[in-house]
Amino acid sequence: MELYELKAHELVDKLKKREISSGELTKSVFLRIEEVEDKIHSFVTLDKEQALKNAEAIDKKIKKGNSVGALAGIPVAIKDNICIKGVRTTCSSKILENFIAPYNATVIEKLRASDAVFIGKTNMDEFAMGSSCETSFFGETRNPWDLDTIPGGSSGGSAAAVASDETILALGSDTGGSIRQPASCCGVVGLKPTYGAVSRFGLVAFASSLDQIGPLTKDVKDAALLMNVIAGHDKKDSTSVDYKVPDFTDSLKDGLKGVKIGIPKECFIEGLDKEVESHVKGAMKVLEQMGATLVDISLPHTEYGIAVYYIIAPSEASANLARYDGVKYGYRSDKAKDLLESYKKTRSEGFGQEVKRRIMIGTYALSSGYYDAYYLKALKVRTLIKKDFDDAFKKADVILTPTAPTAAFKIGEKTEDPLQMYLSDIFTITANLAGIPGISLPCGFNKKGLPIGLQLLGKHFCEEDILRVAYNYEKNTDWHKKSPKVKK
Amino acid sequence: MALSKKDVEYVAELARLELTDQEKEKYAIQLGKILDYICKLKELDTQNIEPTSHVLGLENVMREDEVKPSLGQDEILSNAPQKEDGYFKVKKVIE
Repeated sequence: MELYELKAHELVDKLKKREISSGELTKSVFLRIEEVEDKIHSFVTLDKEQALKNAEAIDKKIKKGNSVGALAGIPVAIKDNICIKGVRTTCSSKILENFIAPYNATVIEKLRASDAVFIGKTNMDEFAMGSSCETSFFGETRNPWDLDTIPGGSSGGSAAAVASDETILALGSDTGGSIRQPASCCGVVGLKPTYGAVSRFGLVAFASSLDQIGPLTKDVKDAALLMNVIAGHDKKDSTSVDYKVPDFTDSLKDGLKGVKIGIPKECFIEGLDKEVESHVKGAMKVLEQMGATLVDISLPHTEYGIAVYYIIAPSEASANLARYDGVKYGYRSDKAKDLLESYKKTRSEGFGQEVKRRIMIGTYALSSGYYDAYYLKALKVRTLIKKDFDDAFKKADVILTPTAPTAAFKIGEKTEDPLQMYLSDIFTITANLAGIPGISLPCGFNKKGLPIGLQLLGKHFCEEDILRVAYNYEKNTDWHKKSPKVKK
Repeated sequence: MALSKKDVEYVAELARLELTDQEKEKYAIQLGKILDYICKLKELDTQNIEPTSHVLGLENVMREDEVKPSLGQDEILSNAPQKEDGYFKVKKVIE
């Protein structure tokens, strides 16, 4: 077995006991990257030299007997919308192609303090707008389970890197499912924390009331470990919440006796792939056999989730992306004659099709005369969606759904029909609108050998509940032990 | 229903985007489709429902007005497409 195949919780002890060194581990991960990266294309930027330097520095610290952080020596890949000082942060967009972040995101400061090793920045849909990684300016990422298939999005690079062992841990961001849906497509674990649990400082803003940073990992325990490091209040993000951060690994010790799992009747609907349905129902049975109680619940406004999202997210995006004007940073068109023309040409040449489309939707929804009909209406329906969850959580501790209505689709299949692409987020989007945490973990494979994801949703700041259920399920199944056979 | 070319041009102007004729045609159809889908929300009566803009009901967050270190001029200007004498340089604004 190669070092790159191991999980963080297996490696942490080996590193501290000096059975292996971070230098060896980091080299092993880069060896794997050299083997498969030209097929998968998980990364926008790799920094082997710096990673090895950092790994050696941590090895020295361990050797000296100095105290080290919780993730000492563990390689981590970072989605390319999270700023690392001195490193290119592109959001997979031409407009930020040469942007060098002048400061660290708070999650980066925290990871650095935990002695993790950054190996590179992962590919994504441009500005995190997409469900397939196809809108990246740097070309698409491919699914390690089938190279003609999308890895999901927008954190597709992070998911593919974890699935193909090109990294041990990864961070992604989730605005409407962008951690959970790629985790489902690539057969890994992805956790979107409660809104406000993790600082967004240094995450390039897409839709500020929905965005959250979270882990993509090989198993549930690793997700808990990474949450231990990144969660917590930050003065630099006024929307982050001051709460007592638990040790997320503690929740993994408990069984499922007495846990009530809500099954929304709106989940098993028309359009849900039959194989997805049968594997998710199989998972329900496993959980029931392990002592959990299944209860019927209803989330009656689920069908309005996508409509609400595609007003709120583009509206916030159209405001957030107004800053890309070619003045202070980023791409600037050299074809303009005056300032106004400079803004227009810079933005038109710098943004890709999907980003422009969403800026247009958002600008339309916020424009004079339409604000009440679209934006205000969406905010009101958001209240109804949140209330659905409040009611459901009176009956259930966690809610179980499929992560996505289908397994990963073919590259190019949905690029010409944006609405069809948007519909692939139907089960993940409402968690962002309500601000609740959600986790995706593998629960089977379809006949083509593509992974299928199970989603568990919890109450605000109850990540422990979903981690506990996920961990128990994982312990009793073997899905997470399978790896894609990416040929060298 | 597709948007009119005039609507697309108006929104593009507000968003500071310059679209090609081909993009205008494409967006007119695609945005029309998306807006039709969004109109689904009209089915719901929301007259007595309060809007939610922040899920945790957060109020204004205040802090003491203290001077703290911030990025220096060089760092701020390090990504500028054009700069001169410590300033961002842009096209002439005032005639």
